[in-house]
Order: sequence, then structure tokens, then C-alpha cells
Amino acid sequence: MEPVTIIRSRTVNMPAKDIDTDQIIPARFLTTTSREGLGDSLFYDLRFDADGNPRPDFELNHPDAAGAGILVAGNNLGCGSSREHAPWALLDYGFRAVVSTEIADIFRSNSLKNGLLPIVVDQATHDWLIANPGAELEIDVPNSELRLPNGKSVNYPIDAFARYCLVEGIDQLGFLESKLDEILTYEEARR
Amino acid sequence: MKPQTLFEKVWNRHVVVPETADTPAVIYIDLHLIHEVTTPQAFTLLRERGLRVRRPELTLATMDHSTPTTPVHTFKDLAVVGESAANQILQMQKNCEEFGIDLLGFDSDQRGIVHVIGPELGATQPGKTIVCGDSHTSTHGAFGALAFGIGTTEVGHVLATQCLLQRKPRTLAVNVDGTLGTGVGAKDLILAIIGQIGVDGGTGHVIEYRGDAIRAMDMDARMTVCNMSIEGGARAGMIAPDEKTFAYLEGRERSPAGADWDAALARWQDLVTDDGASFDRSVAIDASTLTPMVTFGTNPGMVVGIDAPVPDDTGDPNFRKALDYMQVEAGKPMSGNAVDIVFVGSCTNSRITDLEQAAAVLKGNRVADGVRMMVVPGSQQIKREAESLGLDRVFIEAGAEWRESGCSMCLGMNGDTAGRGQLTVSTSNRNFEGRQGIGARTVLASPATAAASAIRGHVADPRPFIGE
Repeated sequence: MEPVTIIRSRTVNMPAKDIDTDQIIPARFLTTTSREGLGDSLFYDLRFDADGNPRPDFELNHPDAAGAGILVAGNNLGCGSSREHAPWALLDYGFRAVVSTEIADIFRSNSLKNGLLPIVVDQATHDWLIANPGAELEIDVPNSELRLPNGKSVNYPIDAFARYCLVEGIDQLGFLESKLDEILTYEEARR
Repeated sequence: MKPQTLFEKVWNRHVVVPETADTPAVIYIDLHLIHEVTTPQAFTLLRERGLRVRRPELTLATMDHSTPTTPVHTFKDLAVVGESAANQILQMQKNCEEFGIDLLGFDSDQRGIVHVIGPELGATQPGKTIVCGDSHTSTHGAFGALAFGIGTTEVGHVLATQCLLQRKPRTLAVNVDGTLGTGVGAKDLILAIIGQIGVDGGTGHVIEYRGDAIRAMDMDARMTVCNMSIEGGARAGMIAPDEKTFAYLEGRERSPAGADWDAALARWQDLVTDDGASFDRSVAIDASTLTPMVTFGTNPGMVVGIDAPVPDDTGDPNFRKALDYMQVEAGKPMSGNAVDIVFVGSCTNSRITDLEQAAAVLKGNRVADGVRMMVVPGSQQIKREAESLGLDRVFIEAGAEWRESGCSMCLGMNGDTAGRGQLTVSTSNRNFEGRQGIGARTVLASPATAAASAIRGHVADPRPFIGE
């Protein structure tokens, strides 16, 4: 995994609350056995009409959204299904961070394991982001700091271990494998 | 010793390495359930790293999400689900063979929805840690297990190490006292709970369902309640095991037997929240105040009593959008909205008592003209049991379709879908936009409400069909 240290990018806003993982990637795209190329399916039924043409009123189809790497969404982003295809699709499309006032547990966990940074901010910061679409943000991952273009900055909560793995670009399996002796001891004690 | 909650007891017994400020706890997993949709990429990871499945005997595999609900005799029969889904099914067989995992596939009469067969086979047991790449793993908490959904990367972690890295979640007590009225069941209760706490009310928490109304429920009903914990934002929901739990498990294929059963029973007795133990939060609900519940919007928290008016919060653009999508009017009750499809099935409501409740309403009635009703049992075992009870005849004679087991129309991965704009009264768990088909509209309800709606041809109260 590539290290994630500083993210500088523009935002695109999807202010709707409770955007579930079925919206992020509909179930019919989950018959794949690969994790590649899922960006094409991202928000498919919101992005495209019945004939497969882009819906001009959908946020990501707006010309200003092109190249935005930070998705600012309404409260409770990523609720519903545990499908890891959701962060895979967001990353493949070009997103590197998602921002909301609340992010669902499984989606947050899946995002962190793939280098998609889930950021929870307070209501005032969220209100500012919604009022300023396309803002250029700087995310300082080692310091857990989100810097706004108005000079303000906010710290966001993140698990210390998840942050360490992001910054170093390592995955968590190696850590688990390093605990094999403890696992064997545990299994032995339960026999 | 400090009084502990049920959750804390199960958690503490599975800590391999305690958590610190810098690192999460290493938690041991007793049972890993896997299915075809969320595992292929995990097996790819194992191959890339030259890893094996560390404890294949603690891993139980089936196929349910992208499988047809029409009979499968040969691989040609898989064509109905499409090339990509058929390929995924074949890949699952290959992965299980290569890594030595027990697969309950098409040749098994024990195949079924992963959250139905775990308990049915006795693999789900009190005090176990159970995970699966599926958010409805919370179902197994009905037995006093700590069971939660994980992503595919974590599936790989469990396959390779039988462990997961986890921070300890907070606890939420949901106290349900009072008695559920006639025609009001577990589905109505959990919908009411989600309506009360909200779809994010349980985020970061493990729920324990407590109180007289929970104790009075049979195991099928408890599974329905725990199943939808995730719809309230909680990864896991638990119910303390009791005599009903033990009676359900005794004699099942994978339950402990003989001296092992006695030892297990002794261990399980302690799996209750101690007097004086504290929860991080608690909420209370009075079961006796509930009526049959239905959803009116596009998430499971948008729920209302069958005869109550749909609330008016149309100043909120999210709410307005949901009502527009559902073609529902604020101020009017949901009963009366015309129905195109009725779906009885899914890991929420496809067990034998669910089918009995639907059949009791349907018996002697006909599915209304123009309505398609699909009944999809949760497992092949349940299918056979229902047939031995004659339930299949009730459904077929009423004009419903009687199918093979699987997830089916809950998420429409296998081609069982609703069309654009069609309204489905569904016993499943999610009424998200497009969940059951592009542009499809979903009303979540109990099996009894679903059956009553099939007869009437519109969303309907089941109580007139139910004797005292």
C-alpha cells in the first residue's frame, strides 16, 4: 500500500444524509472476483439514467467535480452493507478521503484498510465545507489535521494504529502475523 | 469482581493480546462464515502471499447471494444468474477445494443463507465470536454470541490468522418490556427500535436486547431482532442465552454432544449481564404500545405504524427526496398503497416460524390479481421442513411462487429483482433506493403484513386475518 501522508485536493459535496453502500456501489456489480476497476460502477444509479447517460444534476457529473479527491457527504456516510467494494470503488474513481459528521463503523474500517481516509468533523466545519464547495483542503495525516483554505484547521479523530499503518504504507496483516506465538498460546490454553 | 455485561464477558474471553493506546486488541474468532461475494479477493490475497487458511475447520462456507432460487441440477442451471455471478459461484468452489474448507454448495442439502444455516446446524453457539463478510452477521447474537460483519480485507485476516484487530466497542442496552399484541411480532419490534434510535443510533456500539418481551420470544424471533442491529448502526446485537437457546441447540449436527454438551451448558449459564453491570447508554421501549410497523421512506429508520399517518418533515430535503422516491404522501397512512410484488424471505424473515406466520394469514385466501408473491425459504432444510408441514401447498394454492433458498430479492444479485417504480412489500432488511432493483420501491414489513398485503393488493394490516 502507498503511504498516505499529505492529501491536497479539492472537495466535491454530496450533502445527502445516510448515503448507504448500496448507493456507493449497487449489489449487481458485486459479482466480480476482482477489486480492480470498480470506479466505473461508483454511484452508478445516481450517476447514470436508464439509458446509461450521465445525469447532469448529479454532483459528481458537474464539470467542477472533475479531479476532486475529497468527498464531503452528509451524516452517517457508508451505512448498510459491509461490502468493501464501496471504498474500492471510491478509490478507483479517484477519491482519497471522505468527510462527514459521522461515518458508519464497517465502512470506516474498510476504508482505513485500503488507504481511503475517513474523516469525521464537527457540525460547524461540515457546514463550512457544504457552504464552500470545491474548497482546496490539506489533510496532514501524521498530525490528524484538516486545514481549510480560510486558515482554520481542525483535528479529526483516528485510531493511532490505523494512522500508523496509513503513514507507513503497511497493511495490518503483517502485525497480526507477528502475534502468532500469542495466538498459539491462546489456543493451547483453551484446549 | 466488577460486574460485567454479556458483551464484556464474551469479549474478555477472546482477547489474545490486549489493546493499548497504540494498537487494537487481537481478538480470537471461533467461527468464520464465508460466502461467494465477499471472499474471492481475500483468497487472492492468500495466494499472493503464499498463505494457507490457518484453521479451515473453524471456517464454514456456503453460497447464497448470487445463487439462483430456481432448481440447480447442473452447472447449466446457473446461467439464469448471469455469467459473472455464475463465475463467482464456480470460483467459490475452487477456493474452498484449494484451501480445504467445508463448502455447503449445490450438492449439499444443508445449503442456505449463511445466517440461517449457522444456527440451524448448531455451529452458532453462546459465547462464540463469529464473523462473516456480511453485515447481517449480527443475527447470530441472538444466541449470546458476539457476531459482527467484516470487510474482505478482514476476511483475509481471519483466514490467515483466525484473529482480528479490534478496538473495544461501547455498549447500548435496549430494554423491551411489555407484551407484543396479536399480529405484532419481532420484525415490528425491531423496526420500531430503529425508528426510535435512528439508523446511526448504534454506531460504535454493541447492543444487548433485554427485558420481558425479548425473553418471551422464540429463537427465530430473537434472530430477526438481532439481524437488524446493523440497520440501527450497531455492528452487533446480543441476547443472553437461556433455556430456549439451549433447547434450540440440543441435538443439532454441530452442537456439542454427550459430556461436551454438559460442559458447554455449564459454561453458557454464566453468559448473562451481571446485576449492577453498566452500559454506556440505554433506551427503553414498551412492546405493548406497538402496532404492525412498515417503512415509508428509503432507510429502515423511516418507519410508521400501519394505520398511522406518514410523518411530515418535508422541510428536510433528505426526507422530501425519500417521500418523492417512494411516491408516498405525508399525512396519509401507508396502508392502501398499491403493491406490485410481495417478497417473503432473507436472513431477517425466512425461518420456519416466519413462513408459518405468512401461511397462517394466506391460508384460504388468494394473492390479489396483478400481484406477484415470492416465498424464498432461508435454507434447503427449512424448505423441506415447510414442505413436510404443507406450507408450500398453502403458498402455491394462494398463487405465490415457492422457491429454492437464497438471499434472492433482498438485494437482487441473482436476477430476482423488482422493476423500476414497482412497489415491493418485503420481509427483508433494507429499503434503500434501488436495493431490490433499479428504481424499485421497498416497504419493509413482517411476514404477516407481507401476506396480508399480497391478499389485499395494497399495504395492509394483518390483524384482521389473525384469530385470537
